[in-house]
Amino acid sequence: MSDSLNYAYYPGCSGTGTSIEYDMSTRAICAKLGITLNEIPDWSCCGSTPAHTVDHTLSSALSARNLALVEKMNLSTAITPCPSCLTNLKTATHRMGKDEFRDDVNKLLDTPYNGGVDTKSVLQIIVEDMGLDALKSKVVKPLKGLKVAAYYGCIMNRPPEVMNFDDPEHPMAMDNILTALGATVLPFPLKVECCGASFGIPRKDIVMSLSGKLLDAAQDIGATALVTACPLCQMNLDLRQDQINSANGAKHNIPVFYYTQLIGLALGLDEKELGIDKLCVSPRKVINDIGAEDAS
Amino acid sequence: MEIVNITKSYDSSFVKQVEKESGQNMSHCYQCGNCTAGCPYTFVYDQPVNQIMRLVQAGQKETVLKSKSLWLCATCESCTTRCPNNIDVAHIMDVLRHMARREGYAPVPTVKSFWDSFLSSVEKHGRVFEIGLLASYIAKTGRFWTDVDLGPKVLPKGKMHFKPPQIQGKEEVQKIFNRFKEESRK
Ligand code: SF4
Ligand code: SF4
Repeated sequence: MSDSLNYAYYPGCSGTGTSIEYDMSTRAICAKLGITLNEIPDWSCCGSTPAHTVDHTLSSALSARNLALVEKMNLSTAITPCPSCLTNLKTATHRMGKDEFRDDVNKLLDTPYNGGVDTKSVLQIIVEDMGLDALKSKVVKPLKGLKVAAYYGCIMNRPPEVMNFDDPEHPMAMDNILTALGATVLPFPLKVECCGASFGIPRKDIVMSLSGKLLDAAQDIGATALVTACPLCQMNLDLRQDQINSANGAKHNIPVFYYTQLIGLALGLDEKELGIDKLCVSPRKVINDIGAEDAS
Repeated sequence: MEIVNITKSYDSSFVKQVEKESGQNMSHCYQCGNCTAGCPYTFVYDQPVNQIMRLVQAGQKETVLKSKSLWLCATCESCTTRCPNNIDVAHIMDVLRHMARREGYAPVPTVKSFWDSFLSSVEKHGRVFEIGLLASYIAKTGRFWTDVDLGPKVLPKGKMHFKPPQIQGKEEVQKIFNRFKEESRK
């Protein structure tokens, strides 16, 4: 079976920097789960949000350069942890289905891309290709007692015609994974609400307000940790949590994990390998409490 | 909200251009307001997104293209997902932003500067160089870094690189940008 779990891997720029722990934990759990990641040699930036705000041909060309590299690897599927990269790769594929647009994009490229590469999130292949039962069978340290809110962010599943995965309003993939790991997943009403995205630097006030609401909601439902699948969401909620507290007069102290880090912990992997020490809000207490027979 | 006299300045070529660039039919919008109800950014918009849709239908080119909302839309796709008429509203917002850019509007200069700095970083290095991006943004906006408090949080984590990324395909990526600039001049 592990034969089939073989993918081209696109880490994305933030995976080499601000979300390095997402990349580390993704690689660590895939190695443990028998999922082979072949990093796309010499991949370049997908253009993220800024490129599509300037022009769609430019944006798709930046993505398509990478898809053309995947074609050369003779692999049919490329996966990435980052929803923003995924959106760009998928949107490029989707729009390049139209001949005229494809020709315009290929005019910008050294090596033209003619389609044929499927793109998915790491989350999607864990749920669909590997399966929850297989994941569950490898859990050695169930996340008993850990009460989490799973936050998907705005673009992991939307728009549905492009993303083609899970429910656009009420996604369950991470909820189901976390349940399989033994955690208690609380119903989180703001699963797909935007966190403020990439406005952290040019309009911090927006992030303070939108991410502030997410932290408030997580606290209201009694979550002791938030779980994300997006580097931007994670950064807004974790790195900026103190700023959010000062802006809103709040006192949140909620660790914000990547779901891959929690899979890693449940698989018994070393915290160091999962980049747990890279998180800003310390998850120490929350991790120490895992499995402790609850006093209640 | 501003009151617009729509009989005065109906620009039919504007409506056609938006439809052409977005592939959407503007007349499908019947102003139910679902897009605005789900838009997380209405609180900072000068025109709510359904109002933008209405103004495009009414051919109000200038009012639309000078709107701050275009620059504050995060492409969160909530509107597109929830429009009962399957209009790709986020795509329209993106296309309007392209048009505003081409016509020289930048009513939220910090956002434009940030996006521009990001893309120059990609153009130069093939991947984003985060510290270089910040430096360029600060230089462009002439602002002090409003996130100095984050320095002590990030730096000890060893996440930030002080040297730009090195990829072999750097020139290939530069060529994408150059050809794009050539094509847009045509
Ligand atoms: S949801 Fe669709 S139909 Fe309703 S106002 Fe918005 S764009 Fe128009
Ligand atoms: S895509 Fe833009 S306009 Fe649509 S709901 Fe999101 S922020 Fe609002």
